[in-house]
Amino acid sequence: MMSDFTSNFWNLYIAIATVVALVFTAWILLAAGKDKGKASDTTHVWDGDLTELNHPLPNWWRWLFWVLLIFSAGYLIYYPGLGSFKGIGNWSSTGQFDKEMAALEAQTRPMYERFMAMGVEELAANRQAMGTAERIFQNTCARCHGSDARGFIGFPNLRSGAWNWGGDPADIEQSIAEGRTGIMLPMGDALGGEPGIKAVVAYMRSLSGLDHEEGLMTQGEALFEENCVACHGMDAKGMKDIGAPDLTDNVWVEGGTERAMMKIVEFGHNSDLADGDFAMPPHKGVLSKGQMYLLTAYVWGLTSK
Amino acid sequence: MNDSSADKGAQTKQLIFASRRKLYLRAARGTFQNWRIALVVLSQVVFYGLPWLVWGDRQAFLLELATRKFYLFGVVFWPQDIIYLTALLIVCAYSLFLFTAVAGRLFCGFACPQTIYTEMLIWIEQAIEGNHNARKKLDAAPWSANKVVRKLTKHGLWLLLAWWTGVTFVGYFTPIRELVTELPFGVSGWALFFILLYGGMVYFLAGWLREQVCKYMCPYARFQSAMFDRDTMVITYDTARGEPRGARGRKADLKEMQLGHCIDCELCVQVCPTGIDIRDGLQYECIGCAACIDVCDGVMKKMDYPLGLVRYTTDNALASGYGRKEIWKRVFRPRTLFYTAILLAIIIAVASSLWTRNPLKVDVLRDRAMMVREASPGVLENVYRLQIMNTEERAHRFVIEVAGLPGIEVGELEQPISIDSASAQMVPLSVRFKLPRNGFDAGMHPIIFTVRTEDGKTLRREEKSTFMVPRN
Repeated sequence: MMSDFTSNFWNLYIAIATVVALVFTAWILLAAGKDKGKASDTTHVWDGDLTELNHPLPNWWRWLFWVLLIFSAGYLIYYPGLGSFKGIGNWSSTGQFDKEMAALEAQTRPMYERFMAMGVEELAANRQAMGTAERIFQNTCARCHGSDARGFIGFPNLRSGAWNWGGDPADIEQSIAEGRTGIMLPMGDALGGEPGIKAVVAYMRSLSGLDHEEGLMTQGEALFEENCVACHGMDAKGMKDIGAPDLTDNVWVEGGTERAMMKIVEFGHNSDLADGDFAMPPHKGVLSKGQMYLLTAYVWGLTSK
Repeated sequence: MNDSSADKGAQTKQLIFASRRKLYLRAARGTFQNWRIALVVLSQVVFYGLPWLVWGDRQAFLLELATRKFYLFGVVFWPQDIIYLTALLIVCAYSLFLFTAVAGRLFCGFACPQTIYTEMLIWIEQAIEGNHNARKKLDAAPWSANKVVRKLTKHGLWLLLAWWTGVTFVGYFTPIRELVTELPFGVSGWALFFILLYGGMVYFLAGWLREQVCKYMCPYARFQSAMFDRDTMVITYDTARGEPRGARGRKADLKEMQLGHCIDCELCVQVCPTGIDIRDGLQYECIGCAACIDVCDGVMKKMDYPLGLVRYTTDNALASGYGRKEIWKRVFRPRTLFYTAILLAIIIAVASSLWTRNPLKVDVLRDRAMMVREASPGVLENVYRLQIMNTEERAHRFVIEVAGLPGIEVGELEQPISIDSASAQMVPLSVRFKLPRNGFDAGMHPIIFTVRTEDGKTLRREEKSTFMVPRN
């Protein structure tokens, strides 16, 4: 902020202007105190008969001015205010924010300690805990996964029962804390262009019982075994260690139309933030351990309660 | 604009600050003072008593800031009902305008807390230190055991009353029955702060500063002169009747002595809580307490003169010699009728709004990150959050319905939704719409959510929202 200025001129300007204003005010107060006139009227007469009277303030009123002056001086010594002078109290808005956050943390710690002593199953059944978890979810997760946790194209539906990275509490907790970056390689060339892609998609659709061409499907099965099983497995049920999705459950994060499926097979998908796509970002550092544990129970409870 | 001032005024030194002259008020008695006493007693019985009333199993009148619920007997107001507070303030303002236009600073003289607490502290002062003469003598006397005991007793009682007033005040915002169990030293935080603040204000403003609050601090004291007109009843000394003033015996012949009815006893000055002389005419310091009317009427009675040398009258009445009847007739003038009409209109509007107030409140928020999604081929879903607020003091089970598009329905949701008494719940839900075969207009379509109790009659509320159909 202050470093935006290349010289110290404005800092000094403000500091000096402030001090001069205070001294000037003090001088006015002293001068006014010495004024021993009379308190009748100002002898100003308007419109022939309208006299402007003078009603002096009570003396203690003057002391209020002095109190304010002394307060300002004290304030400017203790708090930052005089140019770049930081004040002897070392106060800063970020410091106060940290202090308040620490106070909040201290206040909620017993609650989170109580929750963290519970198992995930027990926690998912605890109404108070899930009330808190729901609010954390709405604040943190709903932006991508939706208020009803059913996701959107590219953002997993947390109520579908399909877990690319595993649906055990430990897996979910890791997904929340560390984030997840899944990679689908672009297979267009390896499959030999559109006919191959179409065939593999037909096979994929058959696995989930979706409409497909039988002839293409058999052709696709061969291509699948050649190109896809390394990640998705022989049974096409995926591999949770690398987040390869199960292709047999009719849950399609990137969309279940033929066109959407062909697109992802051809071009792949790199859910790396650097690639301009969306990944599940890590939340440790954003959320506390207790909050993440509550979320784990909440997300787990969406399908496993 | 100004004629003679430029040359004269420049040389006159003006005093900016002056020592306050302490007032030793003579107690006045009479009709208006009885009214004041009655109003002090009435308002304070209500003030000190109201927080102790019980409604069901809670405090009847409680503006609970901690939970942001405002209990007024059978009704619970939520922050969303702030409009009623606005209405209350407008009603107060217009009442003030009306009263002031009719009879001057009635509020200042009879209802203002500053006046009322000053009055109460002066009663204590009078009981401990004696009447105005005794008090003056005591202040002037050197310190003695008697003086110390009397002063300590007075301030002790003042502080006690001020403290209890502070406790009562805080008792409007936090349950008073719990608060008093923490007294005197268990109270902390904001409760303690406001007890000390409000109590301190009673002690310092009503005990020490008194009329200075009205003269130097109060803005209302100054701006209400703008509501006066020539038909406003104000406390006025009848100069024509009173002057020339002067001392005389009871049987003196006024004609021969060339005197008016004012015997120049100065009692009106001695009873004036702001220390002015009403015989100098209408002044901004006058708070309209009518003490001078009461005390002057007492003198008039003794002197066998007609009452009302100082009385409520209007400028026009003095100028044209109106009687009572004419003055009252002029109370009903455009200004007061206008104030009354607005006042009545607002009161009727608020009353009918309160009568038809729906204790069920619903806010609908569309999910913003996700506009629309396809639940299954041809079925669109939009996601919403419904904030359902049950402000009634009993639990209800609610059903959510949606209408506005053919076949539109609420997606998977556990219904009915139980919501406790006087609490709110956020319900995330999706709304489904199956696209007709022949397509449907893309864009935002208005829909209506209906939240109702299971029986559909007890509580029911409709809220508008929109449903998005994407371009294909």
